Amino acid sequence: MLDRIVGAKKVDANGHLPMDADLITDSTQLASRASAWEAVQAARNIKRPHTLDVITRVFDRFQELHGDRGFRDDPAIVGGLAELDGRPVVVVGEQKGASTEENIQRNFGMPHPEGYRKAIRLYRLAEKFHLPLITFVDTPGAYPGPEGEERGQAEAIAKAIFTMARLETPIVVVILGEGGSGGALALAIGDVVLALQNAIYSVISPEGSAAILWRSPAEAERAAKAMRLAGPDLLDLGVVDALIPEPAGGAHTDHEATAKSVKTALVAQLAKLERVAVADLLSSRYERFRAFGTITEPGAVVAPPPARPWWRRLPKMPGRDQK
Amino acid sequence: MPFGRKPKEFPDHLWTKCPNCGEMLFNKQLARNHNVCTKCEHHFRLGARERIELLVDKGTFAEQDAGLSSGDPLTFTDSKPYPERVSAAQAKSGEKDAAIAGSAQIGGNPAELVVMDFEFMGGSMGSVVGEKITRAAERALALRHALVVVSASGGARMQEGTIALMQMGKIVSALARLDEAGVPFVSVITDPTTGGVLASYASLGDLIVAEPGALIRFSGERVTSGTVGEKLPVGFGRSEFLLEKGFLDQIVPRAQLRDRIAFFLTAFRAASQDMRWSL
Repeated sequence: MLDRIVGAKKVDANGHLPMDADLITDSTQLASRASAWEAVQAARNIKRPHTLDVITRVFDRFQELHGDRGFRDDPAIVGGLAELDGRPVVVVGEQKGASTEENIQRNFGMPHPEGYRKAIRLYRLAEKFHLPLITFVDTPGAYPGPEGEERGQAEAIAKAIFTMARLETPIVVVILGEGGSGGALALAIGDVVLALQNAIYSVISPEGSAAILWRSPAEAERAAKAMRLAGPDLLDLGVVDALIPEPAGGAHTDHEATAKSVKTALVAQLAKLERVAVADLLSSRYERFRAFGTITEPGAVVAPPPARPWWRRLPKMPGRDQK
Repeated sequence: MPFGRKPKEFPDHLWTKCPNCGEMLFNKQLARNHNVCTKCEHHFRLGARERIELLVDKGTFAEQDAGLSSGDPLTFTDSKPYPERVSAAQAKSGEKDAAIAGSAQIGGNPAELVVMDFEFMGGSMGSVVGEKITRAAERALALRHALVVVSASGGARMQEGTIALMQMGKIVSALARLDEAGVPFVSVITDPTTGGVLASYASLGDLIVAEPGALIRFSGERVTSGTVGEKLPVGFGRSEFLLEKGFLDQIVPRAQLRDRIAFFLTAFRAASQDMRWSL
C-alpha cells in the first residue's frame, strides 16, 4: 500500500533495491570471517577512522555545535549540522582520539552525562527542523567514574534512548568501531542500523565479561568469542541490518575508501527513508526493537514476525538468491 | 555440656544479624516486618512474591505471562551452558525468570505491575524480563492503567549479549509510547539497581522513588574505583546520595510504599478524569 502511494520501489529482478548493492546483508556472503578477537582489535585500532575522520570526508560544510546548555561541552561526543550530498542533516557521534594526548582530551571516547545531554539536544534539533539524523557509535562505554554517577549517567543514557525511540525524523545509525553497551545504545536507536565490517557491539566489554564470568580478565579472548560481538554475528542476530564493507586490510589502512563506502551507504538509506511517512517510520522503529528476544512460552501461538517494511528490506547475497 | 560443640545460641535458620546495627533478629519477626530491621529500619532485600503481597490490594493480583522462559540466543557457555544456568536458577527459586508481572489494584487503582527479583541470576535483564515489562507497558497503554515497575537488578544479562542490550531499547520504546499517551509510569528502585536497568526504564518514571539505603549506580563499585583509583566516599551511590543529587523524587520506607504509590496513582487518575484540564 505504502509502496503504491510513494511509487518508490524500483526493484531489480531479485526483488531488491539496487541502491543497497554495496552492503553486506548476509554473513555467508563474506569470503572469510575475522575471529572475534581480531575484530575486537581492529575495532579498537587507534589508527581506525574515528567519527570526525569520517564526518569530514562524508559530509560537506560540517559545522560543529557545542554544549549541553547545562553543564559543559563534552569532547567525547561531537555533533553538528552538515550536508550529505547537498541535503542538510544533523550528525552526532562518539569521538575517540588518534593519539594518547588526544585520547586524554576526548576521555578515550567515554562520554559523560553532559555528552549524552548534548546528543539529546541535537536529536531534538533534527526533529524540530525535519532534518534526518545520522549517528556514529564508537565508544568503549559511558564513563563509569564518580563524576558521571553524580551527574546522572544512567538517567542521561535512558533519556537519550527514550528520545530516539520516538524522534519524528529518519535516523540512520552507523557503528564505526566499538559499540560499548548502554553508552553505545544511547546513540543507536534508529530506523536502519549499520556497522562497519569489523565493528563490534556488545553488552559489556570482553574484559569485563571475562572478569565476571571467568573470574580472570585474561580470558577476554574467550569471552569475546562467546559474546558474538563481531559484525557478522550482529548481522546473524539481526542487531544490525547490514555491514558496510571495509577496504582490504581494514578501515585503518584507508580512511578515504572507508568514508566513501559509508557515504554511499548513508545516501542510499536516506534516499529510502525520506520517502516514508514519519508515522510509518515510528511504528517500524518500534517493531524493529520490539522483535528482539528469545523466549519460550508454553501454549502460545507463535505469530510470525511482521514483514519488514520495504525500506528495511535489504538485498540478499547473490549466492543465496540462486538457490 | 562436657562434650561436642556448644550449640549455637543463634542458629542461622532462626536468626539473622542486622548488618547495620548488629541486632539479632528473629527470622519470623523479620519476615512479618517485610524484611526491615525492627531496631534500625535497615531494609533487607525482599523477594518478588513478598513484594507483590506488600504492594497490591489483597487478592487482586492476577499474574500475566507466567510461562515465559528464556531461550539461548547466543548458545552461550562460560563454565557451564547458559540454559543449565537458567534451569538451576529456576529449580532453586521456583520462578521462571527474574521478573514477575501481573495486573492488580493498588489502593483501588488498576495497575500493571512488574516486580524484579534479585535472587534470580542477580535480577539480570534478558529476553524474559524485557518481554514481560514490554507486555505490561503495552497492556497499560491499551487499558490506560498505570504501570508500576519495581527494579532490583545487576543490569543486562551477559549471557544474552547484545540481545539483552536490545531489551533496553525495546522496553524504553514501549515506555515512550506510554509517555505520549499520558499513561503514568512509576519506577520503584530497590537494593540493588545498577547497569542497564538503571540506564533504561528504572530512570524513566514519571515518578521515581527508592527504598532507603538502596545501592543505585550505573557502574559497579569495582569499575568506578578502578577507574579513579581511589576509594569512594561512604554512601556513594546510595538512595540518599541520589536524592541529594536530584535523581529521585522521594525515598519511601517499605512500610509506606503501598500507600504512597496508591496516593500517586489516585492523583494522576483524578486529574486525567477531570475534564476541566483537557479543554
